[in-house]
Amino acid sequence: MTATPTEAAAIIGLEGLSRDFQRPPVLAERLLALLGRKALPPVLKAVTDVDLAIRRGEVLGLVGESGCGKSTLGRMVSGILPPTRGRVTFDGHAVATLAGRDKLAYVLGVQMIFQDPYASLNPRQKVGDIIAEPLKVHHMAAGRREVVERVDRALAEVGLDPSYKERYPHQFSGGQRQRIGIARAFIVNPRFLVCDEPIAALDVSIQAQVINLFMDLRDRHGLTYLFISHDLSVVRHIADRVAIMYLGRLVEIAPAAELFARPAHPYTRALLAEIPSIKRRRRKFQPVQGELPSPLDPPPGCAFHPRCPFAIDRCRKERPALQPIAANRQSACHLNDQI
Amino acid sequence: MSGTLLEVRGLRTVFHFLEGAYPAVDGISFTMRPGEVLGLVGESGSGKSVAGLSLIGLIDPPGEVVEGAVLFKGRDLRTLGEPALRQLRGKEIAMIFQDSLAALNPVLTVSEQMVEAIREHADVPLAAARERVIAALRQVGITSPETRIDQYPHEFSGGMRQRVAIATALLNRPDLIIADEPTTALDVTIQGQILAEMQTLARETGTALIWITHDLGVVSELADRVAVMYAGRIVEIGGIDDVLDRPRHPYTRGLLDSIPAENAPGSRLRQIDGTAPSLAARPVGCAFRLRCQRAEPLCAEREPDVTEGPGGQSWRCHHPIPGGNQP
Amino acid sequence: MTRERPFDPTLVPPLVETPQRRFNVRRIRRRPNMKTALIALLVILAAGLLLPLAAPQNPYDLSTFSVMDNRLAPGERSLDGLTVWLGTDSQGRDMVSAILYGMRVSLLVGLAATSLALSIGVTVGLLAAMFGGRIDALLMRLVDFILGFPSILVALVLLAVIGRGVDKVILAIVVVQWATYARIMRAAAMVERRKEYVEAAENLGYPSWRIMFLHLLPNSIGSVLVVATIYVAHAITLEATLSFLGVGVPVTQPSLGLLVANGFEFLMSGEYWISLFPGLALLVLIFSLNLVGDRLREALDSRRS
Repeated sequence: MTATPTEAAAIIGLEGLSRDFQRPPVLAERLLALLGRKALPPVLKAVTDVDLAIRRGEVLGLVGESGCGKSTLGRMVSGILPPTRGRVTFDGHAVATLAGRDKLAYVLGVQMIFQDPYASLNPRQKVGDIIAEPLKVHHMAAGRREVVERVDRALAEVGLDPSYKERYPHQFSGGQRQRIGIARAFIVNPRFLVCDEPIAALDVSIQAQVINLFMDLRDRHGLTYLFISHDLSVVRHIADRVAIMYLGRLVEIAPAAELFARPAHPYTRALLAEIPSIKRRRRKFQPVQGELPSPLDPPPGCAFHPRCPFAIDRCRKERPALQPIAANRQSACHLNDQI
Repeated sequence: MSGTLLEVRGLRTVFHFLEGAYPAVDGISFTMRPGEVLGLVGESGSGKSVAGLSLIGLIDPPGEVVEGAVLFKGRDLRTLGEPALRQLRGKEIAMIFQDSLAALNPVLTVSEQMVEAIREHADVPLAAARERVIAALRQVGITSPETRIDQYPHEFSGGMRQRVAIATALLNRPDLIIADEPTTALDVTIQGQILAEMQTLARETGTALIWITHDLGVVSELADRVAVMYAGRIVEIGGIDDVLDRPRHPYTRGLLDSIPAENAPGSRLRQIDGTAPSLAARPVGCAFRLRCQRAEPLCAEREPDVTEGPGGQSWRCHHPIPGGNQP
Repeated sequence: MTRERPFDPTLVPPLVETPQRRFNVRRIRRRPNMKTALIALLVILAAGLLLPLAAPQNPYDLSTFSVMDNRLAPGERSLDGLTVWLGTDSQGRDMVSAILYGMRVSLLVGLAATSLALSIGVTVGLLAAMFGGRIDALLMRLVDFILGFPSILVALVLLAVIGRGVDKVILAIVVVQWATYARIMRAAAMVERRKEYVEAAENLGYPSWRIMFLHLLPNSIGSVLVVATIYVAHAITLEATLSFLGVGVPVTQPSLGLLVANGFEFLMSGEYWISLFPGLALLVLIFSLNLVGDRLREALDSRRS
């Protein structure tokens, strides 16, 4: 595994990033609000106060369960979704202030790989056209021949035959479609990839192939990844650093090896305990209790306290801040203070 | 009850196309004892879901079960007509599906559905049935079941709904539960809870369980025995320790090797090249040979027969991994 | 749809079934080909546009017929020796020719109106789906407004204001129809808008018009085209009604509707052919268009699934 770059600059920076969703109020609600009655629809805080710097060349794994906001975060990084508060920086510059060529460099420089291989390709376009389109739109190729060459190269790079250019997406399997999506992202020479659960929808044996592809491409092109997944075992394999998310906030950040060896946050510990392992046979389950709380109505204090086996009184009243607990490690838990 | 609960012999389910029929399940055989947990492992296209549905006659056209015997407590289910099968389903054999939202009727409350499940099979007064439903919901970990019982499926979260499905399956104390990927779509912590509950309940009631999944880790933690399916056939079956520690079939070995946790972090995963064959494109001979490192000329000529090994482990391979192969 | 599979000796062949056991897959109706449906449509179009050339007379050319031949019954001979198979009208025009020319006008109006309404409606629907928010709200309120009125009423009022004429009739029909297309297009496009391939297009910096017309449009036009094939008939019917009421096409360019209107007064005196045959022709035209529309819909459906 490549060494974690320590002095490498941050390619993507997230500062106080937050995103809320609120259904637009209907006429009745608006009228009531004008009259002073509180009737506006509830605010869903999908992501709250995320501070994170992703260093050039690293693979940052972002882990959490459904509803934790990791996909929303990914979309803010790729620029599709504007933040409600805070900002995203690219090479140190705030993304919202970029214009012209710099803006294009960011748009193309940060690409996304999606979860659903069946919805991420235009069903009416031939595969060759799907991959060639970015070149045409941005005039990145000198002529037809160069376009064809670059498309062939992109296909070969992801392990697909150049003759597949003439086919339509529905003629391919999930794993192959995912590769096509990767080829499309690659043809614009991105520097940063947001991978949003890219293998969750694939068969187990194909997952291994695609994970290998991601690692090969990263080594070959020196890319940086934000790898979003709910599957900790995959993240353990591919990531340099891992960030754990719960109900819109980061609760722990650590280098991968340390996180898995010595988790600091109780939620991390619970997640690790739940990973099914073929080493455990006929296990006596002792899972973490409780349901994932709704982002519309988070618990007071620490969001995890209703399910935490170590919760103390302070956890109910005061939300723990994400603080450094060791070199390169952060955790948001009151119990870490007492270490 | 001792002895064999379920014996499946040469079950074959085909799907009809214009040019003929292709088998999705191509002659599988296995047995189950009462209270046993069998993991049925396979990827998409392996036929594992079709196998589960075939056992209790839930295959609709253009699919058709064409061959084989399904002996449940001595009776061949294939000889039973639909009315008799319907009696059996929900009472002695229950099924849990992957998509709980689709499996529950959205316009009926939970109590209506579950009470119906009870009273369909026994003459129980309404009040008593409701009590049983409340108790069952409490047992699967649903809080305040007395109020939630009158809610609709869409008012429950995914994990809750799956629990309702499990509670429904257990209501009539079936002898066998067939669960088709019930936790695949759920979060890891919720999956852990449901697995815990399934395990406890199964142990308490002595219910046998067929757990259909693609996740070897889940099977490892839950099952007593495991059957690995590929292209409609069981390529390996045996006790959980035997199969996971000493796999004889190259596909099993390949699956185990490709698990990220079984590879050093950051290293290239040992992958199985190629993709599983589709229904209409099954290679002649051994269906796995095109992806197999151990393939020989014989593999292209003949399908391998079942080889029986020690401890009840058996496999279908011309060139199996040598026995005593410790990981 | 029998596909010939080349025999591949390395693959296991399907189990061939005995005729008795053969599953009734054959009973599944043969899915109509998109090609045959489009060919049928083209035939109707060509017929409508070209057949008038085969007409014995040009009903607009006053010199080709004589008022002395008026109200001849079907099968009689006119003064120049022409057998009028469907009779003549009150001016002496041969009904066959009048119907052929009338069909052309009807088709012209129907197709022109539909294509224009389709273009406008589709664009509006795409804009609403693509940009959402205020633009969507504004456009959809406009659509709701138009759809709130019965189409005949809108057309009548409009034509009363702008007068008679083929182009004005087309305009009126367009104003009435575009809103339906817009609404359907918006619904279908909104579904596609949420899919990841559209998000990928945005991520790759494609301009909005490109995403609208090259990505959203091809994937959501299916349902609109289905409605359009039925609506061509609706447009023709609307035009016929308007002409019958006297506010549609001018007398000099009669459509089938106008012909029916012209012959109305003679129905009571037993000279049925002046109204009946144009009416039947209208019926046949609309029926064929609906049939083709049905086939197109089925063909599109099988492609989409």
